Amino acid sequence: MTGFPRRRHQQGSPRTESGENGGLIVSSVTATKRPGGARAPGAAPATRPRGPDLGAWFLVLPALLPILVLSVGPLLYGIALAFTDAQSGRTQATRWTGTLNFQDLLHDTLFWESFRIGVVWAVGVTVPQFLLALGLALLLDQDLRLRRLARALAIIPWAMPEVVVGIMWRLVYNPDAGVLNETLRNLGLGQGHDWLSGLATALPAVIVVGVWAGMPQTTVALLAGLQNTPRELHEAAALDGAGAWRRFRAVTWPALRPVALAVTALNLIWNFNSFALVYVLTNGGPGGRTRLPMLFAYEEAFRYGQFGYAAAMGCVMVAAVSVLIALSLVRRLKGDQDR
Amino acid sequence: MSALRTSGPARAGQYLALLAYLAFLALPFLWLVSTAFKPAPELASLHPTWIPKDPTLDNFRQAFDEQPLPRAAANSLLAAASAALVAVGIATPLAHVTARHRGRLSGAATGWVVISQAFPFVLVIIPLFLVLKNLHLINSVAGLVLVYVVWSLPFALWMLMGYARAVPAELEEAAAVDGAGRIRTLVSVTAPLLAPGVVATALFAFVTAWNEFFFALVLLKSPEKQTLPVVLTHFLGAEGVADLGPLAAAAFLATLPSLVVFGVLQKRIAGGALAGAVKS
Repeated sequence: MTGFPRRRHQQGSPRTESGENGGLIVSSVTATKRPGGARAPGAAPATRPRGPDLGAWFLVLPALLPILVLSVGPLLYGIALAFTDAQSGRTQATRWTGTLNFQDLLHDTLFWESFRIGVVWAVGVTVPQFLLALGLALLLDQDLRLRRLARALAIIPWAMPEVVVGIMWRLVYNPDAGVLNETLRNLGLGQGHDWLSGLATALPAVIVVGVWAGMPQTTVALLAGLQNTPRELHEAAALDGAGAWRRFRAVTWPALRPVALAVTALNLIWNFNSFALVYVLTNGGPGGRTRLPMLFAYEEAFRYGQFGYAAAMGCVMVAAVSVLIALSLVRRLKGDQDR
Repeated sequence: MSALRTSGPARAGQYLALLAYLAFLALPFLWLVSTAFKPAPELASLHPTWIPKDPTLDNFRQAFDEQPLPRAAANSLLAAASAALVAVGIATPLAHVTARHRGRLSGAATGWVVISQAFPFVLVIIPLFLVLKNLHLINSVAGLVLVYVVWSLPFALWMLMGYARAVPAELEEAAAVDGAGRIRTLVSVTAPLLAPGVVATALFAFVTAWNEFFFALVLLKSPEKQTLPVVLTHFLGAEGVADLGPLAAAAFLATLPSLVVFGVLQKRIAGGALAGAVKS
């Protein structure tokens, strides 16, 4: 892929204006796929040692210490807590309880219901989000007139705090003063619903917000991937009489696949672990219909003070996510072999 | 390019689709703005309109009366700015080193970035909560900054590694040949080339911390310590019955800084996010 000249956007597009740095990053992405980067073969760095020397360690230390002390350490501590009866505000010493928390969790139907909702939510958000973002990215990659405005607007949901996104959609969904019901009433489509409080509508309504909130990131990543696709192949395929769909299948999709897989895997993980949106929209209600695993674990830990039990929930969530990553990696490796 | 000419009807369809996307993405936000400027009678009306008939600033006044918004904004600013500065300050040298010495360190850094994405916040926050409690940093902005630094490090590192790789090693080698010492090379050759990327990363880290909710909710208990997103949820009330006008007004104000920073970053976001997305 590095062999193709980079496709540059026409004048006035944000990409060309982004200056050397934006361009540099892009080229570095493709360059790093070859060992040794873009460097000419003869210019091997003879002056620099291969591994980090003392000076390099001095540069690394300021980041390494907090990572070890405040990230790696707490993660291990958190996993260890899952095997204890740690509780908030207890005077007795915390004891090891082995796998007791996990045995309890196994029979905790509320948790598994929440887990199931989490999976429905994660898939329900990620898949439409990907399809919509792909469509938008394909449109923004075209030579359309409104493209620049569209790109600027498409980023808005990304910039908003999740709490504000939740508040905003509560205003949209509001049964009386909300614009959704007002529009439905004007169109003669009934008297409208109380979307976020209805047992049947709450989860779908919340999923729509999730799709909305995560679309910009996905679109931007896919758009970047699209701009990596070889334009020449596109034109050659068009000259050979391939229609738009065949061009997409034969030229665009193979080039986009790695980005698409990476973005989808990340979105699934992030969505499965999401918290703030639903906390603000429904706080898990009505009747637990939108209680994502993170909301469940949060309540368990910080409302009921069951740190050990909540940590065990976190471990189960990590395990689920790890399986997901492993699957996507296997698929990706297989895809590489096919080529 | 000539081979890819799109036919008239297809083009019209494309514009139609683009308009539909823009409506979906922009209309909810416009509704928020509209609600923020509506007077109380219009908010209670059963037939709300897109454009307020009688726009008012009352909602903003009321929002400031109900909740300590300036203090919350100050807390948010302090937490987000400190976290962004510290995160970028410690991540930049690491990114530089990993870009120059590929191999185990670079692999470990990338591995940690990926793994840290997979862990649900709850598994991170419980141990951190206990650690911070022992350090008496619960309910303090300093404790929150510590958490934000660790939390924003993976993405900052990821972005910065992309920028650091783009700095040609040849330039540093040339400076070394010319007799510049290691520090001299870093300061006068590497740093200026990295600076735009560092600024973009810092701004990005700032916005993510400014917008963050979960950690702030868990760590900050007293109202005068809380950040803007946490204070915003107080408008929702216990039963979820909300005074819509002030709620919308405060939410709108809380979004403005992020929108401004994203506007500045807009052109770079494509680049930085792209570097991360393609390499993952």
